[in-house]
Amino acid sequence: MLDVLSGFVGELRAAGLPISLTETVDAAEAVRQVPIEDRRAFKAALGATLCKSVAHWRIFDTTFEVYFASRGDHWAIPPRDAQIDEEGRAGAGQGDAGVGQGAQGPAGGGGSLSGLTREELAELLFAALAGANLGALAAIARQAVLRFAGMEPGRPVGGTYYLYRTMRALDVDGLMERLMDHARDAAGPEGGLTALEERLARDEMETRIARLKEEVEAEIRRRLVADRGARALARSIQTPLPEEIDFMHASRDELMALRRAIHPLTRRLAARLARRRRHGHRGNLDFRDTIRHSLSYGGVPVDPRFKYPRPAKPEIFVIADISGSVAAFARFTLHLVYAISAQFSRVRSFVFVDGIDEVTEMFERADDIGEAIRRVNTEADVIWLDGHSDYGHAFEAFYERWGEEVTSRSSVLVLGDARNNYHASQAWVLKEIGQKARHLHWLNPEPRAYWGTGDSILGQYAPFCDGVHECRNLRQLERFVEELT
Amino acid sequence: MAAASVPEQQPRFASIPAVLDGLARAGYQADEAIASVVYLADRLGKPVLVEGPAGTGKTELGKSVAAMTGSRLIRLQCYEGLDESKALYEWHYRKQLLSIQARRGDTVAWDDVENDIFGEEFLLTRPLLEAIRATEPVVLLVDEVDRVELETEALLLEVLSEYQVSIPELGTVRATQVPLVFLTSNNTRELSEALKRRCLYLHIDYPTMERERSIVLAKVPGISEHLADEVARITRSLRGLELKKHPSISETIDWARTLVLLGVETVTPERAAETLHILLKYRSDIDRATKDLLDIRA
Repeated sequence: MLDVLSGFVGELRAAGLPISLTETVDAAEAVRQVPIEDRRAFKAALGATLCKSVAHWRIFDTTFEVYFASRGDHWAIPPRDAQIDEEGRAGAGQGDAGVGQGAQGPAGGGGSLSGLTREELAELLFAALAGANLGALAAIARQAVLRFAGMEPGRPVGGTYYLYRTMRALDVDGLMERLMDHARDAAGPEGGLTALEERLARDEMETRIARLKEEVEAEIRRRLVADRGARALARSIQTPLPEEIDFMHASRDELMALRRAIHPLTRRLAARLARRRRHGHRGNLDFRDTIRHSLSYGGVPVDPRFKYPRPAKPEIFVIADISGSVAAFARFTLHLVYAISAQFSRVRSFVFVDGIDEVTEMFERADDIGEAIRRVNTEADVIWLDGHSDYGHAFEAFYERWGEEVTSRSSVLVLGDARNNYHASQAWVLKEIGQKARHLHWLNPEPRAYWGTGDSILGQYAPFCDGVHECRNLRQLERFVEELT
Repeated sequence: MAAASVPEQQPRFASIPAVLDGLARAGYQADEAIASVVYLADRLGKPVLVEGPAGTGKTELGKSVAAMTGSRLIRLQCYEGLDESKALYEWHYRKQLLSIQARRGDTVAWDDVENDIFGEEFLLTRPLLEAIRATEPVVLLVDEVDRVELETEALLLEVLSEYQVSIPELGTVRATQVPLVFLTSNNTRELSEALKRRCLYLHIDYPTMERERSIVLAKVPGISEHLADEVARITRSLRGLELKKHPSISETIDWARTLVLLGVETVTPERAAETLHILLKYRSDIDRATKDLLDIRA
């Protein structure tokens, strides 16, 4: 058992989860306490001791399912020719049933469903979904994978392709429509469904279909494990941790995940940037407070009180590049700016390409981020000449119009890759701003190795910043926030 | 490692299904994951860190476990600026001063006075120490632990892993029984690794439709199965929309209560629109839900 467990921990670590020795010991203790035959309790015990963040749960879940997949011969993928052979035989055997599609499942795998035609199987699936008979879904999924996934032994792929093939063969969209028709019919001949009922029914059916998809996925995984072994499979399905996703190359789903993860971080970032500093020196005697405190000493002013100057309210300037070269990052940047301005009232945001414009008001007035981004993209006046980034001109314009407003209370955050298309850098602007502002930090979405190559002129700006930080993923952003004091 | 110093005691729960049953009797509809972790917390003598969106019953879980085991609930509400004197213990310095003044005339050796004024009599116990010193079974609930600063978190570590508190003047106070400890967090910041390492982790998300329906049925007296089903389904669809704040379980329950009070048997779009402000707390969310879900132009 201990070997199995330490193997599992090794897999999790390989996938990037931080697991300490203590936690491994805890896990060993925990699995001793639960009945070993109760798979869900077993999983919960491991999850509670080994996976200490929601963001890591997905990875834990897949790794668990792969590592502790039901093993055994009957999950094996039959070799291609054998399958064809079996199909042929089965087809011949049930010629009177019409289409000879029924692949003979390996012993125990297909069960009684193996004799059905494709239409009958589809009908069965429809009935199971319509009647919410979710127990039957597992058996149907097993049969469907066997028939439609076309799995071949030894192919080094993850399951996504097989999943796609199976789900396409099951015609999920058509199924959805049939289910909805069914729901409408059930509602009665005359009125049908109201918009609300229609929506509710659709959500219900989507949940059921999602359940079917899960079953199919599980089935494919089991077969892949049986074929290639847990370890090899775990490697090929590894996905990056949310905090390591590169902003520049994030997919849509990943961006969604990032957005959720970024919230607590922006709150901290805003708090750090806006932290008021109390001055050490004290001011005049606070007469009222002194008298009040002297009362506990019978009127003798033992403990004189002083007025401390009120710390000034700080202000954050965010200046973000939204040009094409950082398009993916820019989207993320806008999310970041939006999140910061939602957290903290005195944020002023600016966006630039070769011209620069203030967008504070667009972010404040927008109800949600989608609208804010649309407004920024359509209304902000950021094109000056040709729409290629020109940091020099943008900075100069910023300084002319808003330079006066940067004071010793301001923190300035510049987001961009400093790829200037060989224009003049106008680095003096940053020098001026750096001297006036309390902080000036630059976040760059490019890998550090690329800085200063080609038309990147970060080197000319860097000396005037309090810090230039590589910021390609959440972990780096988090480190920046941590270091900011 | 820490387990060595912890006193042995009888397990509270016989099995995971027993936890599930007991919680249901205490009015908490748990699922298997929740029950497993509660069961393990007792068996391993470890605190549970409960995370999840606001209003999914994290605090309620602690309360229900206390009710189910017949333990006293000791609650520590965390907030920014919470310190030792509010969480652990404090010396009752006014009483100490008075005591010194009261015997000004006596000729007592200083050592005796010192022993005296740093005695139990002058100790103000705060939730954490109270939980450690209790002789009867207790459940300690540390609520919204993500609100304290990173530095303050360290205060909890000794209590959570060794079940003891060190007081310089008194020595170390050890627990006579292992309290069940629940820490809740709304995930507004990452908690420190040190804290996470010492805890079992439980993430409570919004419930499935089936679980929400049974929660509504259990918590709202006089609701029909049909209405509970509709309420749960509408809530699920609302959570599918992109909103600023999704409805929490407590809001769902409030909504169901309102519908029962209004004598609603079937939720029509109009009825839903009238009462939507119970579920959703932002103007823009209500507008969006009315438009997308109820298909009424506002």
